[in-house]
Amino acid sequence: MCMDVALLVRIFPEVLLDGIILGFMYALIALGYTMVYGVLEFINFAHSEIFIVGAFVGVEILLGLKSVGLLDGLPWPIVLVLVLIAGMAASGLLAVTVERIAYRPLRNAPRLIPLISAIGISFFLQDLIRLVESLWRNAFNMVYPTIDVLNLRFELTETLDVSVKSLVVIVGAVLMLWALHLIVNRTKVGTAIRAVAEDQAAASLMGIDVNRIISLTFLIGGAMGGAAGVLFGVQYGLINPYSGFIPGLKAFTAAVLGGIGNIPGAMVGGLVLGLLEAFAASYLSLLTGGAFGAEYKDIFAFSVLILILIFRPKGLLGEVVRERA
Amino acid sequence: MLEVKSLDVAYGEIRALKGVELEVGRGEIVTILGNNGAGKTTTLKTISGLLHPTRGTITLEAEPLVGVPPHAIVSRGVAHVPEGRHIFNRLTVRENLTMGAYLRSDTGIATDLERVFALFPRLAERITQVAGTLSGGEQQMLAIGRALMANPRLLLLDEPSMGLAPVLVEQIFDTISDINRQGMTILLVEQNAAMALSIAHRGYVLETGSIALTGTAAELADNPEVRRAYLGE
Ligand SMILES: Nc1ncnc2c1ncn2[C@@H]1O[C@H](COP(=O)(O)OP(=O)(O)OP(=O)(O)O)[C@@H](O)[C@H]1O
Ligand SMILES: [Mg+2]
Repeated sequence: MCMDVALLVRIFPEVLLDGIILGFMYALIALGYTMVYGVLEFINFAHSEIFIVGAFVGVEILLGLKSVGLLDGLPWPIVLVLVLIAGMAASGLLAVTVERIAYRPLRNAPRLIPLISAIGISFFLQDLIRLVESLWRNAFNMVYPTIDVLNLRFELTETLDVSVKSLVVIVGAVLMLWALHLIVNRTKVGTAIRAVAEDQAAASLMGIDVNRIISLTFLIGGAMGGAAGVLFGVQYGLINPYSGFIPGLKAFTAAVLGGIGNIPGAMVGGLVLGLLEAFAASYLSLLTGGAFGAEYKDIFAFSVLILILIFRPKGLLGEVVRERA
Repeated sequence: MLEVKSLDVAYGEIRALKGVELEVGRGEIVTILGNNGAGKTTTLKTISGLLHPTRGTITLEAEPLVGVPPHAIVSRGVAHVPEGRHIFNRLTVRENLTMGAYLRSDTGIATDLERVFALFPRLAERITQVAGTLSGGEQQMLAIGRALMANPRLLLLDEPSMGLAPVLVEQIFDTISDINRQGMTILLVEQNAAMALSIAHRGYVLETGSIALTGTAAELADNPEVRRAYLGE
């Protein structure tokens, strides 16, 4: 077995950066799963499509700006903020609508029923995006138009140069997570979300309109997913109506890894999974002398996940609070 | 202030309340006594909108409450301390109290917080503590304090003495009396009949979903049947 230690060391910063970017992406998406699970104990399987709708709204706006010549005419930070806000609004409102139409009427049905409904919505949205894009653009594989500044790279160290878009993704994700943290932990309405998550009947006895808080939870979780969708498009460039599925599944895994229902857990779980995946992708073949290639990254990441869950079934941050009856 | 007329409530096939009639006047403490399963909790839950009656009416100051969702009933001035306390374990003491005042934006919130701390100094000491780590007695204080933060006209209390040491029970009942003297109308459900009758003005005895007996607290305390069945004589 020949191991090139110098190479391992040399690529380390770059792999770390890739892992962090992927991790923040998973973390943002995972929030939608975990917040909804927190209040309803229900897995919103349509969240992967709510995420990818954000990416599609983003690409449509960028293409629209391009066609009227504004893509390079407007300052790029303004373009990005505009696209992010639009993606968040679209995904947030879509999530709220889906809850109203497909989940709320089933609130008192056996648990499996809303789950099936969510899977149905997931397929429905995939094909709806495909239909709309096919009618509108005659294609449903979309490419994010390039903004030149975003592809600029500058050297941080000898072995690491960072593109502007990577920085944008990281800064954007950190700002989102921080804003969410403030909303959930520092505002009255955020406290109400946590109260509803813990005890709906008691929350209603406080004067909290539980249905409104549930809608708000879908709005916030959906908006985070939409932001992730836009950042995903900016970072990786290529999207299609089915691109939400795998990142969605992984983000859901990240939410479970962190402790489903636990908001900081989703952030931690996302980062851990992103890092595992990035390191597996780059290091597996080097470490095994080519016996396992990068295509084994998911097997590796998920094996670690299974191991963690065997030893901590409630996830990394699940149920840290001691409770009395 | 509160009027309940011919109230029927069912859990599926199980009829929990059958024609319950009761009234609470402004400024009163009224108690509902009854054995396990008599329907006391069901009565309170129906008043606060958590359960829907199959028949009958509930009015607060002549306004109907049936069909109004629980959060809107709170805004009409009814606060309910549920059986088993149901404080928010993962929230801090302060956050629990904030949730009690959820619908308010007036300037009286700070004053009411001071009032709660005056009634329960222990809560002030534990303000930043996560509520799930409070002792049982402290949790009961928090549940009552949280309801007071709504500044209600009518306070519904479901077994505030449950699971508490005798000294603490006495303290909680003293506090309930104090709150009432400050002008709060109270509907009190209790297993501890002696305690309840010692602070109440009037009372009802609920037996398998119907009112069996009613009278002033003194009348009930003197009633031979009440003495036998609920005061353990
Ligand atoms: N969720 C429920 N589903 C079915 N039956 C119920 C439910 N809750 C209460 N009951 C029944 O309704 C009746 C009244 O119950 P309720 O809880 O009102 O009694 P209670 O007077 O509060 O009793 P306790 O003193 O034990 O608290 C009981 O026979 C009980 O078994
Ligand atoms: Mg009861």
